[in-house]
Order: sequence, then C-alpha cells, then structure tokens
Amino acid sequence: MGTYLTAFLVGGTICLIAQLLFDLTPLTPAHVLVIFVVAGGILGGLGLYDPLIKFAGAGATLPISSFGNALAKGAMAEAARSGVIGILTGTFELTSAGITASIIFGFFFALFFNPKG
Amino acid sequence: MKDVLKDPKAYKELVKDKNPKPKLAKNLIMAFVVGGGICTLGQLIQNIYIKYFHFPPDRAGDPTTATVIFISGLLTALGVYDKIARHGGAGTAVPVTGFANSVVSAALEFKREGFVLGVGSKMFILAGSVIVFGVVTAFVVGLISALF
Repeated sequence: MGTYLTAFLVGGTICLIAQLLFDLTPLTPAHVLVIFVVAGGILGGLGLYDPLIKFAGAGATLPISSFGNALAKGAMAEAARSGVIGILTGTFELTSAGITASIIFGFFFALFFNPKG
Repeated sequence: MKDVLKDPKAYKELVKDKNPKPKLAKNLIMAFVVGGGICTLGQLIQNIYIKYFHFPPDRAGDPTTATVIFISGLLTALGVYDKIARHGGAGTAVPVTGFANSVVSAALEFKREGFVLGVGSKMFILAGSVIVFGVVTAFVVGLISALF
C-alpha cells in the first residue's frame, strides 16, 4: 500500500498539476478542486484509481481526487449489492469518516477557538 | 521607439514586461514538496495505524483521514495552516488537509453569526462545492455501472 517515496512523488505530482492549473489558467482554486474530485470519481468508475492507491498509498488517498473516487466506489459497490437504490445509500459509505470528522472537528474548534487575525 | 501611450498594443506589452513575472517555478516546486510532504506524513500515520493499532491495510485510510483532518483543523484554529498555505499553494489545498482547513476556517469565521446561523450553516461554504460535484459524479458513475 505505497511507500514513503511513492507517496511523496505521486502526492507531490498531483499537487503540482493543480498548481499548474492555478497559475496558468483563469480557473479559481475552487474550480480546480471540483475538477479533481470529478476526475477522481471518473477514474474510480473506470477502475483506474485503485491501482494508483496500491502504488502510492497516502499519496493517492490524501489528495481530494480520492474523495471523488471513494464516493463513486461507494455508490457502485452498493448499487451492485442492492440495485439502483444503492446509489443513494452507498455514496457516503466510504467517505463518512472524512466528512463526519470535518464536521465534528469544525464544530469543536469553533467552540474552543476564535479566528486569528 | 513607439509612443506607448498612443499604441494600446505596445502599452500592453510594456506593462506585461514591467510586471513581476509570476514565480511559476517556485510555486510548482513548493506545491510538489509541500503536497508530497503532507502525503508522506499521511503515509507515516497510516503505517502507525497498521503496525501498532492492527488496522487491516485497506481499512487504515479512515483513521488516517480522521487524524490528518484533526491535525490540519487544529493548525487552522491556531492560525498556522494559513501560514503554511501561503507558501504551499496547491500543495496545501489539494490534500484532504485543505478540505479540513476550509471547513474549520469557515466555522471559525462565521462563529460571530452564531452557532446555528453561522457555524452550522456556513461550515461548508467553501467545501460544499467539492461534496456536491463529487456526489453528482458518483451518482452518474453509479447509475452507469448499475445499468450496464
């Protein structure tokens, strides 16, 4: 599931591609992130993202493209088990940890901290 | 020499010439190093969960993501993440740490509007589009896979 070297190289390369889009196109960072999520979802649908995770470990699972992949895979896996309704029940199956953690930590950090500057 | 004030094209070129060149190379290197560094740190955390907490390798991503979100959330609350992001560019925006940063910074920023109308409603003001477009993509991908 990836080595430190492949995680560094693949994670770094994905971020470098995003930086190229930041600097050389009129796209805003929000647009670039959306493009990466959609690309991750499509690659996941084609079965191409998992080999990248096998190769790069966290270098492929930490970039936001992995979020699109996990959403698509959750929808596909549950659709295969329980039919079309599985698309609705399975989408957040694999991404629950990330979204729930973001909400919980976001809430409690807002409770205990005030914005800086 | 052309009179640049009467020739818009020459004026444009002059302005372009005088403007500081965007530090593309430096930005790219920083994005690569910072983004790669965050992923390497994630790999370390993941290996710790596999080795010392006995998570199966294919399930170790969840606690890793949660831990990385906690760390970047805390760094955001302390005002440190934004300082790293000033140099890291896409290297700090693309990993899930950037997602957590946008959620926590929005939660903190809108705290002054109250916990229900501010924190609760506006936490996803930046990260929301990523979720919406991710889910729509997953819907289309899932539908295609279910039908064919």
